[in-house]
Amino acid sequence: MSRLGSYLIFLGTLFRNREKIGVYLKLILNECTSIGVGSIFIVALVNTFIGAVTCVQTAYNLTNPFVPKNIIALIVRDSSILELAPTLSCIVLAGKVGSNIASELGTMRITEQIDALEVMGINSSSYLVLPKVIASVLMFPLLVIMAGFLSILGGYIAGTLAGVISPEEYVSGLRVDYKPFGVVFALIKTVVFAFLISTISAYRGYNVSGGALEVGAASTAAVTNSCVAIVAADFILTQLLLT
Amino acid sequence: MIEIKNIEKTFGDRQVLAGISGSFKPGDTSLIIGGSGTGKSVLLKCMIGLIKPDLGEVLYDGRDFLTTDLNEQKTIRREMGVLFQGSALFDSKTVLENVRFPLDMLTDQPESEKVDRAQECLRRVGLENAADRMPSEISGGMKKRVGIARAIVLNPKYLFCDEPNSGLDPLTSIKIDQLISEITDEYQITTVVITHDMNSMMEIGEKIMFLYQGKKLWEGTSATLTHSGVDELNEFINANKLIREMEK
Repeated sequence: MSRLGSYLIFLGTLFRNREKIGVYLKLILNECTSIGVGSIFIVALVNTFIGAVTCVQTAYNLTNPFVPKNIIALIVRDSSILELAPTLSCIVLAGKVGSNIASELGTMRITEQIDALEVMGINSSSYLVLPKVIASVLMFPLLVIMAGFLSILGGYIAGTLAGVISPEEYVSGLRVDYKPFGVVFALIKTVVFAFLISTISAYRGYNVSGGALEVGAASTAAVTNSCVAIVAADFILTQLLLT
Repeated sequence: MIEIKNIEKTFGDRQVLAGISGSFKPGDTSLIIGGSGTGKSVLLKCMIGLIKPDLGEVLYDGRDFLTTDLNEQKTIRREMGVLFQGSALFDSKTVLENVRFPLDMLTDQPESEKVDRAQECLRRVGLENAADRMPSEISGGMKKRVGIARAIVLNPKYLFCDEPNSGLDPLTSIKIDQLISEITDEYQITTVVITHDMNSMMEIGEKIMFLYQGKKLWEGTSATLTHSGVDELNEFINANKLIREMEK
């Protein structure tokens, strides 16, 4: 509980005694490039294969000849949009972006770079962390939109190449019983996950004390804590928004 | 002028600072010396506001740094320059960007003025040719000099140096000491240096404060250092073989 309180106090420091807005703009753009552009490849790769696997595994389990094959595409679509693209991508991003944030800030802490900012009278947590949080909240949804599209595309490619579903059946399946709110739900989840990953990782890194060993431990803790927060938030948001 | 009054700090059940008082004058290079773990760095961190002491006052020209409001604290911080033990340069910025960083963050000067001022400070520490290099591409001594350039870029009234010679060879150490001493004289800065380097004590110690187990045991100048009459200080000084040989 004391750690939760300390985390909430840390969040408060991000917004109090901020620097001028202009200071953050360049930093946010840099972070968008690092967090967003730098994560495109891994997110694209993981989601394309996950979509492909979902399609082939669904086809494998669908043995009843009375169930139309286009159901496979419907399952890939809904799994991708509602769960795989937002949640799985964010777990991948917790590993990539979260550990990066924690180790960067942890190293800055143990090499006194954060102290150097503080003695200049700069709010170091706001200056260093707020741009990362804003960039994550802006870039993660874009990555998840791409992830959802590639997951469905991966299913299409794998399904048609493996011969488990025809292209026409797949496309028709994508159109069956489509609910646009699914995309809104996925984006809401992603924004929440982005905030949790960036702030938890930053909190872990910012409060490191010691040396290289502790930076490594903080990086690991950032990823594990972020993953736990993601699955917990996933459940809560699903309960709140889909039931 | 900086005055510290009765500074006390305890971590857990270990008292690190036990009522330290003293004053540091403008234009003087004042040294705080003592063995490892005697509280030198903690005292410095209390003075610059990175650690809050349990008790005591830190006065900057009469302004109480610890109890004043946030805006006044910011003003005082902006009058400080700090050279950290590991230089604390920002890894992602070039040498020039590191030096001009305080100007970018804390002033509204035009771009050209900022660059001119940063280059002037780099010239002052003899690194005008290293402006475009990254901190990872320069030596430890150069990093210290960049740290000094960054510390003086805003024309500080108070300069703090935490073990400026650590990890440097004797010749580079002397150059860094001379640089700090010259800058102090030139700009009439109140300079406080944490050190356990004997060369520094003899060369630039205009005023020296000796800490032992969290207490101030002695205060004087480099001229009186070797005949202080304080056993702990003599033991500290005589740990240096060179000094022992000289005394023989």
